[in-house]
Parts: sequence; C-alpha cells; structure tokens
Amino acid sequence: MPSTDPAITVRGLRKTYVVPERESGVGAALKSLVRRTTREVTAVKAIDFTIAPGEIVGFLGPNGAGKTTTLKMLAGLLHPTGGEATVLGFTPWERDRAFLRQMALIMGQRNQLAWDIPVLDSFQLNKAIYQIADGDFRTRLDELVEMLELGELVKKPVRNLSLGERMKCEIAGSLLHQPQVLYLDEPTIGLDVAMQRKIRAFIAAYNARTGASIMLTSHYMADVEALCERVIVIHHGTLLYDGDLPGLIDRFSPLKTVAVELEEGNAVPADLLVRLEAAGGEVVAHSEHSLTVRAPKAATPQVTGLILGAVPIADLTVEDPSIEEVIEHVFASSGDAAAGDAQAEPQTPLADEDAPLPDAGAIAALAGSAGVRDGEGT
Amino acid sequence: MASTPTGARAFSPANLAAFYRQRFKVDLALQVAYRGATFIWLFSLIVQPLVSLVVWRTVANSQGGTAGGYTAGEYAAYFIAVMVVNQLTFMWHMWEIEWRVRTGVYSGILLRPMHPIHEDLVANLAFKAFTMVPLVPICVALAILFDAQFDTRPMDVVAFVPAVILALGIRYTIEWAMGLIAFWITRAAAIHQLWASVTFFLAGQMAPLTLFPKPVQVIATVLPFRWMLSFPVEVLLGRLSGREILAGLGVQVVWLGIAIVIMRAVWSRAASHYSAVGG
Repeated sequence: MPSTDPAITVRGLRKTYVVPERESGVGAALKSLVRRTTREVTAVKAIDFTIAPGEIVGFLGPNGAGKTTTLKMLAGLLHPTGGEATVLGFTPWERDRAFLRQMALIMGQRNQLAWDIPVLDSFQLNKAIYQIADGDFRTRLDELVEMLELGELVKKPVRNLSLGERMKCEIAGSLLHQPQVLYLDEPTIGLDVAMQRKIRAFIAAYNARTGASIMLTSHYMADVEALCERVIVIHHGTLLYDGDLPGLIDRFSPLKTVAVELEEGNAVPADLLVRLEAAGGEVVAHSEHSLTVRAPKAATPQVTGLILGAVPIADLTVEDPSIEEVIEHVFASSGDAAAGDAQAEPQTPLADEDAPLPDAGAIAALAGSAGVRDGEGT
Repeated sequence: MASTPTGARAFSPANLAAFYRQRFKVDLALQVAYRGATFIWLFSLIVQPLVSLVVWRTVANSQGGTAGGYTAGEYAAYFIAVMVVNQLTFMWHMWEIEWRVRTGVYSGILLRPMHPIHEDLVANLAFKAFTMVPLVPICVALAILFDAQFDTRPMDVVAFVPAVILALGIRYTIEWAMGLIAFWITRAAAIHQLWASVTFFLAGQMAPLTLFPKPVQVIATVLPFRWMLSFPVEVLLGRLSGREILAGLGVQVVWLGIAIVIMRAVWSRAASHYSAVGG
C-alpha cells in the first residue's frame, strides 16, 4: 500500500555561502594576508515544498537559481544555513546510512563510476557498498542492461566510453540499489536527441516500476514535458511557482497565439489589422493568405471573432505559447524584478549551478584567495 | 512503501569483508594494469633505505667495524628490515585526499553509505600485496650482497606479525586523519610534507633511533613515531627482550586506539565542514 506521507518535505530551507573576496593583483594579495574580506552569497532563500511518493517533479530555474544547491542539501551533501527538510523520514545532512542506501543523486556533469576499471566492476563494488543481495543484484542488473541497452558496454573501462554511454552506465550504477528518492541533475546534458529520448523513457519506466520519487533538473524542456506533471520553478533562490505545467503557462504567459489560413482567393483586409491592434492583439506575422496574432487571453475571443467576421478562413488555430517561451518569459521578467537586489545573483562557482562541480580550489582561485575554503585559515 | 526506512542494516563484518574482497580484486587488477607505475613507486621505496644502508655501512667500516652499537652487517639488516616494514606500513592517501577535496571527488564519496577509509585501506593493501612479490627476492639478494646480520629468534618472527600489523594500523589511521586537513586548508600538502619529514627522522627511517640523542629518543617513543616503523624493525632484528616486545605491543594497541578516536573525530568534523561550505 503506498504511503500517504510525503517522500520529501522542505520548510524554509536556506543556504548562504561565505566566500572570500579579493581584488586581483599582488597588492590585494598582500592586503588579504592582514585583513581577509568575505562576502555572503545567498543561493537559496527559504523555499518550501513537499513531494509525494512516486511523484516526478521538474525543478526548473536558470543557471545560478539555486537548483543544484537545493538538490545537494536534499541529498545530504550540504548543510543548510536554515530551515528543515525531511526525506524518507530522515534529515538528509545527518547522512544516516539507512538514508544514503535509499537515495541517489545523479549529476550529468559528474562521474561517479571509477574511471579505470570496467563498468561491471564498479557495479560489483556498489553491490557490496549498498549491501545488495545476490539475487536482487542479478535481476536489477539484467533489467538495467536491457532497458538502457548497455550490452557489452559494461565490460569496458569507463574512460573508454562515449559521453552518452557513460551517462547510461552512471544511471545504471546509481539505480542498482533501487533508490526510493532520485535526484537527477541535468541527466541528459550534452547527449544527442535519440539518447535523450532513451534516458527519458527509462526514467519514466523506472518511476512506474519502483514508485520512486524523482526530482529532475534539466535545461531541455522536452525532458520536463515528457516526464513531469508538476514543476517547481526557482529563481534567485526563491520559489516562483509550484504546480502543473498548464498552470505555469496560465500564470506566466497571459498571451495566446491565433493563427489563420485564409480561403483561396481571399486577402487580409487592411482595416482588419487596425481593428485587431485596437482590440489588444499584436500582429506578429501576416502574408497575403495567412495571419498570426498574439493577444492577451481575455481578448482572444474578440480577436478570433474579428477575424472570422472579416474574412472566410480555411483553418484556425489558437495556441498557448511553448513551454520554452513561457520559461524564458518567467526568468526574464523575474530577472528584471530582482535587478535591484544587490545580492540576488551570486557570481561564484559555488552558486553557479552549471559550473562543473564547484570545489574549494575553484572558489579560492576565482575569489583570488590563497586557497581557503571559507576564510578560516590558510 | 517509500516513506519507510528499509535499509537500516548496520554494516556487518561479513558485508565489509565482501566489499574488501571485491575491491581488493579490482585494485589488484589495477596494479597489474599499471604495473610500470607501481614498480617505479616500489623503486622509490627501495632506493632511500638502500642509500642509508650503504652510507651507514661505510661509516661503521671506517670506525673499525661498529658505529653507534651497530656493526656493518647489522646496519645492512636494519635498513633491509626498514625497507620491508616501510613498504608494509606506508600510505599515500594523505596526499590523495587533498586532490579529491580540491577537485570535488569527495562529493560522490560522501554520498556512499560506507566510511571512505575502507576503500583507501584496501587499495593500499592491494599495492602491498602486489609489490611484496618482487620486494622479497630483492631483500634476500641485498641481504646476501651486503652480508646482513640478523639475530632474529623464532619468537621475534612470531611477534613481528602483530607488531607490523599494529604499526600499519597506527600509521595508516593517523596519516589518513592528517589527510583530512585538506578539508580546511586547500594546500595541505605542505603540512603533509612536514609530517613525512618528521616521520623520516623519528620513526627510524633515516637511522636507528638509538643513534639519536636521548631527548629525541624519548620524543619518538612517547609520540607514535617509534611504533609506526622502528618497533617492528627492532623486533625483527632480535634487539628486544620478550618483556620489551610485549610492552611494545601494548603501547601499539593503545596508540591504535588513540589514532582511531582522533581519526573518527576529525572525520565527522571534516564531513560536516565540507557540507557547510559546499561540495
């Protein structure tokens, strides 16, 4: 019987990084020996959400929005600065082994399999680390090999695999212990369209078969549209939207697009364009036999009526904008709103969600520090 | 049922043994695959005691056969024993941890439901197992070539086994904990180098501890250094009485306990520090 308790509960979760700050140059380096300046960068500002068992949720936001920081907190890699989270009944950052055995974080830009040894050897190690019973291991391995079409790949060392092959193996390796919560951070990044489709189909099948809860970040809207009924949108560390995809379009894109093809022998009357503009429509394209008008939702019936009354038509479509357009619109408009907020967009690799795994050295190098993680010493 | 913890099993010795077996096989295969690099490492482990052997043997011969209580043949035996014990107790992870922290590799390691010390230990044991094969005949050849004089009794051979295992435990655990300094300091290698230099003197790698001034000997004995290398060497050479051997093994057990407590404390702080500043 499926549980009714949420798999993931997040309340007021916050993360602020303290990063060393220094101008470039030798003078500044010497000055920093005497007086070290640091700066607080808020990556996540008090977000709340819950995710039910078996749910697949798209976690969207532009680079630096706080997506990866949130996932890392929920996977137990990062301690939050404030707030609470419960995943499968555990506090993730306590890193209880029972929690770690039921969770997986897969990062598209990160390699977790051992580089030099055949994939199957890495899988065998995971079997021992996650204490997977022999029978379960064989069954799951066979399933994963078949579903992800791994075949002979598992016999090769990871370094000999292509990016797509490696990603498939990474996913298989991370799922052998059959995690009940799965965080996928850009799982299809850099993959070709066919491979993206395969990975997508596999994620859907894994969810259907195991009832695992999945949080997915992706810059490919096709991933989100194919897999997620629900999306959570985060920007500048703040939760902008939590709901279904059509709702996102309703809320953030108040415009619809009306496109008509005229019957042969008819032309767009000149005064129609003026009347459409007067009704609130914006003519985005027109030729002798076709017309495309974007209009606020409320004005759409009037715009459609004007066209139908003015000229005989062969075809008419009224469309919502594409999800890409909506997302772009959301981020562009909220970006404007946050432009006055000085600390809104952290510029360190720690906060840059797409930096290939930020690390202490990178932060130190970028901040021009002599190699300090958080300003506690050299 | 997704919300019920189902994997709350502790890591049983049998599960841990299964992991060690599997990882050992993999690491041994890697040692074979990269045997060129492995043999270069082995060479560097041999060269340093060999140089000391030649130098001290020459000193002893020039002083009429003995120097500091060791004959030329005993010096040869001492440094051949150092070669073996150092090979059995040395570890490189102190240096590797810094690289892992700097490149973010530790993120993946922290997500695993297993203490990372195990993986490193088994890699270390695989290296030792593989390099022991050429090291033993090399040591036999050197012993013949330099006319090494071992006064080893059967009980010394028996005592040598726990002494060297405990020495490995102490050195490995302390140096692994030293490696964790990299969680706080990005360029921890300088501190590691300092530690390695102090160990070189105080553990008896450069010369037998009896050659040092008394205060230095006391420091080496009070601190863990003697117990990480010199003690098993002294046992193997037959220089200690039965009582001294038993007392020494007792001290080693105490130091291993202290080392484990320190390592665990440092590890839990390092892991939460890593989590606090970003992986």
